[in-house]
Amino acid sequence: MLVNEIINAKDLPVMEFDGIIVGGGGAGMRASLQLAESGLNTAVISKVFPTRSHTVSAQGGITCAIQSDDPDDDWRWHMFDTVKGSDYIGDQEAIEYMCSEGPKAVFELEHMGLPFSRTEEGRIYQRPFGGQSKDYGKGGQATRTCAAADRTGHSLLHTLYQANLKAGTNFLNEWFAVDLVLNTDKAVVGVIAFKIETGEIYYIKSKATVLATGGAGRIYASTTNALINSGDGVGMALRAGMPVQDIEMWQFHPTGIHGAGTLVTEGCRGEGGYLLNKDGERFMERYAPNAKDLASRDVVARSMALEILEGRGCGPNADHIFLRLDHLGPEVVHKRLPGITELSKTFAGVDPAVQPIPVVPTCHYMMGGIPTNINGQVISVEDGKDIIVEGLYAAGEVACVSVHGGNRLGGNSLLDLVVFGRAAGLYIEEAMKQGVELKDASNDDIDKALERLNKLNASTEGDQVSVLKERMQQNMQNSFGVFRRGDLMEKGINELAKTREEVDAIYLKDKSATFNTARIEALEMQNLFEVAEATAITANERKESRGAHARDDYTERDDDNWLKHSIYFAETKEVSKRDVNYRPKTVQAFQPMVRSY
Amino acid sequence: MSAAVIPVEQIKTITMSIYRYDPTVDKKPYMQDVIVEIPTDKDIMVLDALHLAKEQEPSLSYRRSCREGVCGSDGMNINGKNGLACVTPLSEVLKRDKITLRPMPGLPVVRDLIVDMKQFFDQLEKVKPYLITKSDAPDIERKQTPEDRDGLDGLYECILCGCCSTSCPSFWWNPDKFLGPAALLQSWRFINDSRDEATEERLDDLEDAFSLYRCHGIMNCVSVCPKGLNPTEAISNIRNKLLTRKKA
Repeated sequence: MLVNEIINAKDLPVMEFDGIIVGGGGAGMRASLQLAESGLNTAVISKVFPTRSHTVSAQGGITCAIQSDDPDDDWRWHMFDTVKGSDYIGDQEAIEYMCSEGPKAVFELEHMGLPFSRTEEGRIYQRPFGGQSKDYGKGGQATRTCAAADRTGHSLLHTLYQANLKAGTNFLNEWFAVDLVLNTDKAVVGVIAFKIETGEIYYIKSKATVLATGGAGRIYASTTNALINSGDGVGMALRAGMPVQDIEMWQFHPTGIHGAGTLVTEGCRGEGGYLLNKDGERFMERYAPNAKDLASRDVVARSMALEILEGRGCGPNADHIFLRLDHLGPEVVHKRLPGITELSKTFAGVDPAVQPIPVVPTCHYMMGGIPTNINGQVISVEDGKDIIVEGLYAAGEVACVSVHGGNRLGGNSLLDLVVFGRAAGLYIEEAMKQGVELKDASNDDIDKALERLNKLNASTEGDQVSVLKERMQQNMQNSFGVFRRGDLMEKGINELAKTREEVDAIYLKDKSATFNTARIEALEMQNLFEVAEATAITANERKESRGAHARDDYTERDDDNWLKHSIYFAETKEVSKRDVNYRPKTVQAFQPMVRSY
Repeated sequence: MSAAVIPVEQIKTITMSIYRYDPTVDKKPYMQDVIVEIPTDKDIMVLDALHLAKEQEPSLSYRRSCREGVCGSDGMNINGKNGLACVTPLSEVLKRDKITLRPMPGLPVVRDLIVDMKQFFDQLEKVKPYLITKSDAPDIERKQTPEDRDGLDGLYECILCGCCSTSCPSFWWNPDKFLGPAALLQSWRFINDSRDEATEERLDDLEDAFSLYRCHGIMNCVSVCPKGLNPTEAISNIRNKLLTRKKA
């Protein structure tokens, strides 16, 4: 059965595994490793060869209180920083779990072979990152981010791939997952997926499906994200009737290279670099007198955007900011930041050991996503109550567990994906031991999951992907960027509504079954659009400023009404609220305070 | 990126001669000239130009992901030399406003610029590209001195793009027996890791006429590596290790 035919469930071949993981990035491969090592028949379905996943682009490091730089460091301090960084809508039970389990997860990575940089004592090298403190904000800047030069994501991803090879994980590389298959109880029992090279299509059946599909930064015109970051997991979940949480919370990284959008790690500022406006002023001293350039990302990004808006940007168009590193000396720049040196030369034509790098705030990370508990189980909401979606798990950027709340701290994404990829694996392992009973999907159930693909294959006219994508990306960039305003967002939402039908009826001209990237891009576009629409509607609904969500028309944080998660369902396009978890197990909850750096 | 937003005077047209082949449609491969408009006020990468070509020819297929030279997806043959499209500035490769793009040589073509990398990854797996330890792991990390860690620089950065192995004549001739520069670089990455405890077994695996010794020092691998790595040096390091082992 090939992907370019009209496909019926009754003719569709079936493959079966104990556990399947959709996505071969850090979260996916940490989950698959856990399952494969426990002897379960595990498959990773990845639309790219796993080491091409976007985890590879993470640079600065993985934040964790491993007590290398500071023997007195404490995971509770890390927890405090993360709660504060989240602007108090991160779930404290999840943050507690991440920060306390973190050291174990990081040491495991080292044991697998991750080539961390080292201290003179032979321990893992740590560098300062934004939003980090000692002693619950009272002890000054902490140095907590474990690094492999500025290629930590690359090192982590390759190490996990290597460990999975060793463990005997089945890799379905360059396979594309189209949609989730749900049985009549609304439990997830696998996915529809096809092999991109040949177009062979299958129902891949499993009692545990883990979504680890990463982010969706490509909804914006300017992003640090890889071209493959199209929110496939979010699209699948929304279409299957599950909600997304806090999806309006998008991180704009302070330092994307101007024009190219490629990331320059926060580790540059951790190593002592700083930002300058056109007057040569270290302006962060004004906005964040204590943390300065190492304030939280949302704070730094907004400060930069204001400098540019107020005419103090650099360059002939006054449209960027300079990141200065040359004072660190070529040894530090080349030893600690070799990747940045390479990227700056390639994409900005500057050697950072000599000249400043032109940077602008650039869409970087999706704090929201599919709500889960700390076991990775997907949560839906019915009549205001949490319910578990049987058979479905999510981990990493696609999930919202939620450890990042309104704003993620640098170095917490890699920690999130290993800790919760691992946690999902551990939970599934245990569940499988206990035995999982889920009804088989009927042919009708499977046919439902085939509808989108069949519609695309049957298309004979309509708009092409490139046109629709550019329209959506510009719209998101203009109306849902660093600063947001009700009337602009209304306009943006209307624009999206006009595009919706065209996206649902995309025209696929090339019907070839062989490595047809046009088909992939069409399916990805539909996923991106689900994320964009969810973002737009939810952003307009959250009538306050919190974390990365900064509104010109509601400039204050509103704890009375919005110390809440937002929950959005695609079917109704309605936004509701969900309680934030303030019930950590071993420490007192951190209560909301004024957030200053 | 789109040509539509650029004022007319800042545009020029170039010819992209691109290898096309879809086995389900085409009897044999052919070169297609795609004319694209590129800006003249700034440099763009070969990958950006490919995106412009794909807007005209949506059926054109190539792999891409990170677009910043770290994921290794878009290795291809650019004007006769392997490289990554995303970090190759068009200005460096345009000759009389023309550029020629072909798939990486030596591997079967799946479609257009996409090659079947199976052989490449099979060879990689043969070197057991993962840390092997026999001693118990400590409760914290295994210690490693900064000097020992320095021994991994120039090795761990490999992105598995395949540019090196598919430019290596020895790999073209014996892709199933000669491991190729990428796999051998990884082999040395683990042999040279102070934490690895399987050096002898790794060396044993390379003691045959083909796996390692088919390298004739042609050094195409070094000249094409987009990360500036040196597989030839890694190979000679393994050779030295094998030789000194024999003496001992």
